[in-house]
Amino acid sequence: MPPILELDGITKRFPGVLANDHIHLTLEQGEIHALLGENGAGKTTLMNILYGLYHPDEGRIIVRGKPVKIDTPSEAIRLGIGMVHQHFMLIPVFTVTENVMLGEETLTRGIFLDRAAVAARIRDISAQYGLQVDPDAYVKDLSVGAQQRVEILKILYRRADILILDEPTAVLTPQEVEELFKVIRSLVARGVSIIFISHKLKEVMAIADRITVLRDGRVVGTTRPAETSPAALARMMVGREVILTVDKPPARPGDVVLDVNDLHVLDDRQQPRVSGVSFQVRAGEILGIAGVQGNGQTELVEALTGLRPIAQGRVTILGHDTTRATPRHILQHGVAHIPEDRQRDGLVLTFPVADNLVLNTYYLPPFARGIQIDERTVFASATQRVQQFDIRTPSIHTLAANLSGGNQQKVIVAREFTRPIQLLIASQPTRGLDVGSIEYIHQRIVEMRAQGCAVLLVSPELDEILSLSDRIAVMYRGKIMDTLPASQATPEKLGLLMAGVHTEG
Amino acid sequence: MTTFAQTLARSNFLAQKRRSAFYLLVALAILTLFTREVKPEHMATLGLNTTRSVQWVKLPDLVVPVLPTVWVLATIVLVLALWDLLRPFRRGGWLLGIASFSFLAAFLVWAARGTSFSLIGILSASLQLATPILLGALAAILCERSAVINIAVEGMMLSAAFTSVFVANATGSIGLGFLAALVTGAILAAWHAVLSIQFKVNQIISGTVINIFATGLTNFLNQRIMQEYTQFNNEVTLPYLSQLVPDLGKIPIVGPLLFDQTPIVWLGLILLVVIQVMLFHTRWGLRTRAVGEHPRAADTLGINVFRVRYTNVILGGVVAGLGGAYFTLGSVGRFDKLMTSGRGFIAMAAMIFGNWTPTGAFASSLIFGFADALQVKLQILIGQVNIPYEFLLMLPYLVTMIALAGVVGRVQMPAADGQPYEKQ
Amino acid sequence: MQIADTDRPMWRWQGALGVLALPALSLFSALVLSSIFILGSDVVVLTALRNGLSDPGRALFAVGKALADAYGSLFIGIFGDPARISKEVSEFLATGDTQGLTVAFYPFAENFVTATPYIFAGLAVALGFQCGLFNIGAEGQIYVGAAAAAFVGYSLEGLPWIVHAPLTFLAGALAGAFWAGIAGFLKATRGAHEVINTMMLNYVAFNLVHYLLNGPMKRGGASGAIPISRNIVESAYLPTLFPEPIRFHAGFLVALLVAVLVWWFLFKSTLGFEIRSVGANPHAARCAGISIARNFVLAMALSGALAAMAGAGEVMGVNHNLAEGFSPGYGFDSIALAMLGGGHPLGVVLAALLFGTLRNGATKMQSLAAIPIDIVAIVQAFVIMFVAAPIIIRRLYRLKAEVRWQAILTRGWGG
Repeated sequence: MPPILELDGITKRFPGVLANDHIHLTLEQGEIHALLGENGAGKTTLMNILYGLYHPDEGRIIVRGKPVKIDTPSEAIRLGIGMVHQHFMLIPVFTVTENVMLGEETLTRGIFLDRAAVAARIRDISAQYGLQVDPDAYVKDLSVGAQQRVEILKILYRRADILILDEPTAVLTPQEVEELFKVIRSLVARGVSIIFISHKLKEVMAIADRITVLRDGRVVGTTRPAETSPAALARMMVGREVILTVDKPPARPGDVVLDVNDLHVLDDRQQPRVSGVSFQVRAGEILGIAGVQGNGQTELVEALTGLRPIAQGRVTILGHDTTRATPRHILQHGVAHIPEDRQRDGLVLTFPVADNLVLNTYYLPPFARGIQIDERTVFASATQRVQQFDIRTPSIHTLAANLSGGNQQKVIVAREFTRPIQLLIASQPTRGLDVGSIEYIHQRIVEMRAQGCAVLLVSPELDEILSLSDRIAVMYRGKIMDTLPASQATPEKLGLLMAGVHTEG
Repeated sequence: MTTFAQTLARSNFLAQKRRSAFYLLVALAILTLFTREVKPEHMATLGLNTTRSVQWVKLPDLVVPVLPTVWVLATIVLVLALWDLLRPFRRGGWLLGIASFSFLAAFLVWAARGTSFSLIGILSASLQLATPILLGALAAILCERSAVINIAVEGMMLSAAFTSVFVANATGSIGLGFLAALVTGAILAAWHAVLSIQFKVNQIISGTVINIFATGLTNFLNQRIMQEYTQFNNEVTLPYLSQLVPDLGKIPIVGPLLFDQTPIVWLGLILLVVIQVMLFHTRWGLRTRAVGEHPRAADTLGINVFRVRYTNVILGGVVAGLGGAYFTLGSVGRFDKLMTSGRGFIAMAAMIFGNWTPTGAFASSLIFGFADALQVKLQILIGQVNIPYEFLLMLPYLVTMIALAGVVGRVQMPAADGQPYEKQ
Repeated sequence: MQIADTDRPMWRWQGALGVLALPALSLFSALVLSSIFILGSDVVVLTALRNGLSDPGRALFAVGKALADAYGSLFIGIFGDPARISKEVSEFLATGDTQGLTVAFYPFAENFVTATPYIFAGLAVALGFQCGLFNIGAEGQIYVGAAAAAFVGYSLEGLPWIVHAPLTFLAGALAGAFWAGIAGFLKATRGAHEVINTMMLNYVAFNLVHYLLNGPMKRGGASGAIPISRNIVESAYLPTLFPEPIRFHAGFLVALLVAVLVWWFLFKSTLGFEIRSVGANPHAARCAGISIARNFVLAMALSGALAAMAGAGEVMGVNHNLAEGFSPGYGFDSIALAMLGGGHPLGVVLAALLFGTLRNGATKMQSLAAIPIDIVAIVQAFVIMFVAAPIIIRRLYRLKAEVRWQAILTRGWGG
């Protein structure tokens, strides 16, 4: 039987980068085909082309044996292709019903929408495919797993039978991942064909029928799980031996630097996000906070850095009570913060590199005398730090916006690590970076630790946590499930904790 | 050591008590402020008939003794506040409503002590003066619901006011003048749309462009043409419904309130209902709101974000044009420089205050309309209320500022408001 | 997001041509577009054009004459009557009599007189822009500043000039700082958008001044004839620098000085760094320890103070009293001005000179060619449009160079 979908020689260029280079890919009917690759390998670009959001510069798309041109998502939908994006395309203030029928409002009474009819059809589809969803619920009140089911429902409502899932497990707990896999298998049993995009080797091995690896926009190879291994896939993804752990000397923890006691933090809608968290970080050790994104880690970091009010509890840094301290106060007490969102919270993109390097020290000597800024010192220091941290930039006056992601992060690191700090709070410090930058940042963090700095590392990437941390705490729904020394932590144990399952110990 | 739940409960408790205390204060205020200078025999006469039309039934004037009335109103608020203190109300909204009403009623009765004024007159004027604000707010809502900020409502209304009079006189047809107002609004809106959607100009700046242009052009043409050739500025007004169907105006209370008004008031009310229904129960409304909340999601579902925005902004312009026609064809009939005097901006505040819904905007515009009507009536009662009339003129603007400050944070604007959409 | 890179910091001098091309062409295009309105509302031109096909020569002549009248009078308004100037110059060289000379150069000097409040008001709006704030309340702040300055100017007698004048000026500035500070405070604490609040405060200010001029501040008390205040005492004057009737006064120099101070404040001081950071990216600024609320209030207050200085300057240097309508819209004009100047003090000064010249010339357009002064507003609207959407000019004139201009980010209504 001919493949239900074929991509033949797809090529796409953006200014300065070749995102897709003559890619060839086939999808059999009823197959789960995984598309594996690092961040920036070209997976999402390829799928956006398939879904009509981009147009290929070269190449053909053949659907059910016929070559087609897909210019808009509407055309993709009409061809039976549906996409569940990595960042959900749901409207939080609408109900499930409204989200599902948006753009396909065929069930109407005159010019008025017929929500009841759509809800009924949603219930039918739910029952048929085993997707539990309440049609009248508001999307903003749904859990992440439920929202994902709504996205899948949207596609099934439009009678698509080719499903593209873009990094679907990025925001799920291991238990929710299992549920998703069950749904996928049930869909496939009913004739749906699935393209599963991911960078997570183990999941891909578990669910896929075939795996295609992309690297730098090119297909490196297509294989089956039975014929390969995670290590082999990793090598294909990266092109060289991947060092999965970081070399670090054993920990020699000193005094307590950060003491968090029964912390309670609310989000913007007054909902509790951190519910009674207590822990300590000592000088010279790295405490890693693991957990799926959305379990309160963001609010925890914001509370510790003074960006969010603390509802109850106490935070003590080097003996000072910083529970009600302002961000400036906390920074002045030897705390460094690498924020989760470097472009929004870490840098002023329209300022030059030199200004960004003094963003939190511009008012202190030697950069300022009274209220006058000493430009010469600022520039000299900037030049020195650019060299020291190997920041690739044409000049210290280049705007931060024109730097690559890795170099932008290096600017933040350079800024924070050259201050007298005793506590480093790093939140997702290597998100979206290339392997080289990741290695660099990890090395500098370990150096800080060796110099006696206390490090609080918050990351949803288990590999990062496992390779850097001395102790690991797992957060789930605003509480710390358990704290383990790194030597006792395995991905399985951590996975269970991340899913809210208490382990006997 | 208290648990977190206990701490949260306690802070809610305190907030609750603060609310009750506030209303106690309101009751106290009514009692102290509105009993000053009142003699026991003072009566306030509240007219329920207008002087204009002849009604079927001439209702007797409402004559109320001032002091007892004020006491009664204060007591009502006091009782409610005490009740709230002991057994708090779940939803404070209507408590606010009753307290506001009592306060205003007490104020009116006090201001009218020993004399009379037309209650029906002030209510009718409130609805009338609320109309341009309502129309402006509806126009702004149409734009903002699809995530295009529109501060050019003022300029659109002003320009529409001008063209309506000019065209009506130039062509001799009031219908064409009316149409011209709508078209003017649409053209200016199209300009705003092209600048913000196509060229992705900061939407507040592009709105300012329109406002400055409208102010300049209307003044310019007013001087160049209207003052030279005054035949273009002859009074032209739309007939009142009560003039077309005289019986309508004779219904007591309802007659003067609803029918003895320019038809634009009616059109405003009709548009209110239409837009409210369309926005929440039709395909157009669903897509509009989707584009306003999460345009990329709408895009991935095949909705043309740009087309939705252009359509809505231009429709908003038409409604703004109708608002502009109010000032001329629906009111004085001739054009004067800068005759909109900030109503367009107040309309935006009404939109925010009304949480971007037509019904909410209507409620807000009634409040502003009342403030406006009050300020006119108070000038008549000037001896009783010892405030210079300029301060009364400031009232609508001050009310706007206070309302805005009190309301921000509790309202939800469309999530993508103000952000130009980039197709990748 | 691709932003054109510059290899030198913004405050160093860049290729003059590149930076000036966009504003210059914007102004030129705006003038051209405005001419359409001049022609389109001219009855003579319209009738000539209606018969255009049958009598093209007459149509062309009518258009040409209208434009010549308009721009000729603009020229005279800006530079003065050339014939008269040459006559007076030769007379001066012959007899040493300056009287006629001053009259001849009056129009030219007036450019600077009109530019003075523009510099202040333009700086005010530009400072707001740098903090991401849209201060459209400059007009009201001008009035408030003028009222305060007039009051201090006529109430205190017997003080030496060196004390009274700065005090008067300061009083005006403080009044404006307070006025705009209200909006800043509301934005900082409640997140209320400053566009609406500053606009509302405008109307409150107008009514307030109206009340003051018809009440407490009225010359001659309650029975006074017109709504005008007493004249300020001479010790509160900003002196003129040339013989009568030229009105060029020290306020212009003060304005230049203030512009330098604002430049230093924004780009060389820690407070200015904070303000600019908040304007460019409030999230990162907050994360770096900068207080958003404090800077909103500070920026609005400073902005109000600068705008109020325009009013104080007019009272102290030109009118010597407070009267209604003394400002023909300086505050509203300054929005376009600040944008044309790229939000940068140096650009604002240049743009202010331009706008001052334009408005000054336009008064002559009104008296000589019967073109209402509101033509200035029409020109401004187009200027803002072209500056805000540079792609239009670029396409129109096929410019290649990308001139960077920092657009303020919109944050919607929630603040």
